[in-house]
Amino acid sequence: MPFRLERRAEPATAMVALSPLIAVALTIVTMAALFAALGKDPLAALQVYFIVPLTDTYSLQEIAVKASPLVMIAVGLSLCYRANVWNIGAEGQLLIGAMAGSWLAVATHGTNTGPWLLPAMLLLGAAAGALYALIPALCKIRFGASEILISLMLVYVAEFALDYLVRGPWRDPAGFNFPTTAEFDAAATMPLLIAGSRLHAGVILGVLLVIGAAVLLGRTLKGFEIRVVGAAPRAAQFAGFDADRLTLTTFAISGALAGLAGIIEVAGPIGHLQPGISPGYGFTAIIVAFLGRLDPLAILAAGLFLALTFIGGEQAQIALKIPQDMAKVIQGVLLFYVLACDSLILYRVRRTAAHRKAA
Amino acid sequence: MNTPSDQSRPPDAAAAPPGEVPLLQGIGLTKRYGGFVANDAIDIAIAPGQAHALLGENGAGKSTLVKILNGLIQPDDGEMRWRGEAFTPNGPAAAHARGIGLVSQHFALFDNLTVAENVALGQIGGESLKTLSARLAQISERYGLPLDPKREVWRLSVGERQRIEIVRALMQEPHCLMLDEPTAVLTPAEAERLFEVLQRLHADGRALLYISHKLEEVKQLCDTATILRAGRVVATCDPRTETAASLARLMVGADVAAPKPQPGHAIGAPRLSVSDLSLTPDDPHGTTLRRITCDVRAGEIVGIAGVAGNGQDELFAALSGEQLVDDARSISIDGRPAGAFSITARRKLGAAFVPEQRLGHATVPGMRLSDNALLTSHAEGGVVRHGFVDRAALLDLVDRVTAAFDVRKPGRDPEAARLSGGNLQKFIIGREILRQPKLLVVNQPSWGLDAGAAAAIRQALIDLAAGGAAVLVISQDLDELLEIADRVAVMFHGRLSPLVAARETSREQLGLLMGGSGWPQQGARDAVPA
Repeated sequence: MPFRLERRAEPATAMVALSPLIAVALTIVTMAALFAALGKDPLAALQVYFIVPLTDTYSLQEIAVKASPLVMIAVGLSLCYRANVWNIGAEGQLLIGAMAGSWLAVATHGTNTGPWLLPAMLLLGAAAGALYALIPALCKIRFGASEILISLMLVYVAEFALDYLVRGPWRDPAGFNFPTTAEFDAAATMPLLIAGSRLHAGVILGVLLVIGAAVLLGRTLKGFEIRVVGAAPRAAQFAGFDADRLTLTTFAISGALAGLAGIIEVAGPIGHLQPGISPGYGFTAIIVAFLGRLDPLAILAAGLFLALTFIGGEQAQIALKIPQDMAKVIQGVLLFYVLACDSLILYRVRRTAAHRKAA
Repeated sequence: MNTPSDQSRPPDAAAAPPGEVPLLQGIGLTKRYGGFVANDAIDIAIAPGQAHALLGENGAGKSTLVKILNGLIQPDDGEMRWRGEAFTPNGPAAAHARGIGLVSQHFALFDNLTVAENVALGQIGGESLKTLSARLAQISERYGLPLDPKREVWRLSVGERQRIEIVRALMQEPHCLMLDEPTAVLTPAEAERLFEVLQRLHADGRALLYISHKLEEVKQLCDTATILRAGRVVATCDPRTETAASLARLMVGADVAAPKPQPGHAIGAPRLSVSDLSLTPDDPHGTTLRRITCDVRAGEIVGIAGVAGNGQDELFAALSGEQLVDDARSISIDGRPAGAFSITARRKLGAAFVPEQRLGHATVPGMRLSDNALLTSHAEGGVVRHGFVDRAALLDLVDRVTAAFDVRKPGRDPEAARLSGGNLQKFIIGREILRQPKLLVVNQPSWGLDAGAAAAIRQALIDLAAGGAAVLVISQDLDELLEIADRVAVMFHGRLSPLVAARETSREQLGLLMGGSGWPQQGARDAVPA
C-alpha cells in the first residue's frame, strides 16, 4: 500500500469541533453535482431540499414528526457506541417494539378500554425492543459473537415477523386483503399536540429523552462508567466497572428506545400496523448518532437535519421529479463525509515509498 | 533541583586522548523543554574504540543526550562532530548511516514474528530473509549471542530479546554502539553474559557508549566516564581509578535525601494474607501463579523483587481482584476471605491499588484528573450521591492530592495525559493515600521516574506504613526494595520465595533467586519452595 494513516500528535481543536459542519457542507456540494448530473438546476434543487421545508408550518411539523424517532433511537445508540459496543440492529428493535405494542391495540380492538392502554402499549414496545436487543448482547458476552452481525441479521428476522403478522393473524378482516391491521382505537393512539396536524406527544417525549441522556452521560456514575469502558477498557476494569454488564445495559437501553420509537410511530402518525412503517429510521439513526458526535444535544440537531432530508426528498419528488431515493443517497454521502472528516482530522495520510532508500 | 556542589570537579577540557580525533563529539549540546533544561551545554567526546560510560541518576539527562546523538531529537544549541566533521543527523537513519547503533531500554519487537523477521524489519535495503538469517547466525556466533532465527519472539526470555536488539544493531556494523541501561531488565547472571559480549565488542575495536547508573558495571567495563547531574556534565574521569563511593558522590551530589525510615513504629496483625494462591492467567502469554504464600502486616512494607515477566502482573491482578481466583480463601484482607471479591468490594474493605501502567490502566489518558479521581473513589461515599457525581467534591479531591503530594500540572484539572510521568504517579499514589487505605498494593512505583519524584513516592509509602497501613511493593528495582522494604521475597516463574527480613539478606542472595538458582529442585514445575 503506497498510503497509510498516521495519527496526528495534536489534532486541531477547532477542526474537531467543526468536523460535522464541514461534512454537511461537503455533502451539499456533492448533492449539487449529483443534481446537475441528473439534469436539474442544482441551486433550485438544493433550495427545494433544504430551504423550502423550513418555510411552511406543515413541513416544520413534519420535520419534528420525522426527527422524533431518529433522535430517540440515536440517543440510545450513542450510549452503545460510547461504550464501544455496536448495535446496528435498531431497525429490527423498532419493528419488534411496534409489533409488541400493536398486539395490545389489536387484542383490545373494539372493546372499551381505559386510559391505561396507550401507556401499556408504550411500555410493552420498549420492553420488547430491549429484549430483542439483548439477544446480540448476550451472544457477544457469552460466546464472543459479533454483536454487529447478529444485531444486523435480526433486522431481517423482525421484518419477516411483521410481514407474517399483518398478512396472517392480525390482518384487518375489513381491510380488502391489504396487509395491515385495523385502524387503532382512539385510546390506542398518541395524543396530538396541535389538533388536525400530525404533531404528536412523542415529539415531547423525544426531547425529554435527550435531556435525560445528557444528564445520564454528564452527571451520573453510570454515564461515567459508559465513557470509561469505551475510552480505556483496562482502566474501567481497574475502576471495578463490569464491561459485560454494561454491554447488556447499553444494548437494553438502546433497544428500549428503538422499540419505543417503533410503537410511537404506529400509534402516532400511522395509526395501524403495516409493513414499511419505518423508512429505515433505525439505520438513519446511526448517521444521526455520529453526526451528533454521540452527544445527546448535538444528536437533537443532527436528527432535525436528517429529518429535513426526508421532507426535502418528498418535496423534491413532487416539485422536480427527483427520485425520493435521493434522500437515502444524501444520508449515505453524509455518513461517508462525517467519518472521513473525523478520520482525516485525527490522522494524516502519508505516502510511503515501496522501497525506501537509505538516507 | 540539584546544583553542582563544590566537591564536583570541572569537566576536563580534553576528554579524548590528546592528538586523536574523537569518533563522535558533542560540544555545548543544549536541549530545553519549556522552562526545563534537560541538557545544559554538554561536552562529550567518544574516541574510536573507547568504552565510554554515561553515568547519571534517573532524570539527569542521559536519555536526552543519547537521543540527540542518535538524531532522534535536535538540540536547541551546540554542535556535533563525527570524526572531526560537522554532523547534524536529522533522524535515526542518518546516525545509522554513519555507523551509530543504539540498543534502547525498551525493545521494539513484534511478539508474533520470528527473530529473523524482526531483524529484517530493521534493515535498510532488500536483503533476502535467507542471506540475512545467515549473516545473523554469523554475527551471533562471533560475539557469543546465541539466537535461533526461526523462533517467535514471544517464546524468548527478556535476555534473549535484548540479544535480538544487540544483533540488530550489529548487523549495521556500527563503529559506535550505544546501550541504554541494558542491565535494567536482566538478572545478574544474564548481565554477566552481556558483559562478556560487550568486552568482545570492545576488543573488536568498536567504541561503546554505556549508559547506566550502576557504578560497579561501569568500573568493570569502561575506561572513560562522563557523569551527568541535573542536565550538566559534572565530571569526566577514568572510572577504573575511582571508587564506587566517589562516583556515587559525583552522580548523586549531596542533596538527594535518602528516604527516612520512620523509627519505632509497631508491626501489627496481617492485613493481607495470601496462602497457596494459584492462578492460570487469561492471557495465553501470561505467567501461571504457583502456590504463592505471603502476608503483609500492619505497619510494614513488603517488597517483591523479580525480573519482569515472572508473574508480578498476574499477582497484582489477583490481589486487586481484576482477575478472580478459584479459591476465595487464598486471599484474605483483614482476616476476611476476599479472593472472590471484586476490586470495588476489596476497596470497601480498605484496600488500595496502584498498577504499573499509569496511562490506560491507573488513569484514562484523555479524561480530566477529576474524572480520574472518581475512578477509584466512587465506591465510597463523598463523591457520588444517589448515582449523581459531585463534581465540586471531585475538584476538591484533586486540589487536596495536589497540595499534599506537590503535583505539578498545567491548570487545575488537566487531562491525565498532559502530566509528566512523575507528577502523574504522584497524583495516582496521592489519590489512593488520601483514601487512608489499610492496605496498599503497588506495582513498580517509581518506574521511569526522576530521582526527586522517585524519592517522594518512596517517602509516601514509608509514611503510609508508619501510619499503620500494610504496604506491598512489587518492583524490579532491588535498590528501591532494599531501601524501603522491611521484608522481601523474589518472584521467579510464577513462584514466590519465602519472605526474609531485608536487613538479613543481600543483593547477591536476591539476585541468585531472581536468576532461578537457590530454588528447591523438584520434578513437578508447580512445586513450591519449602
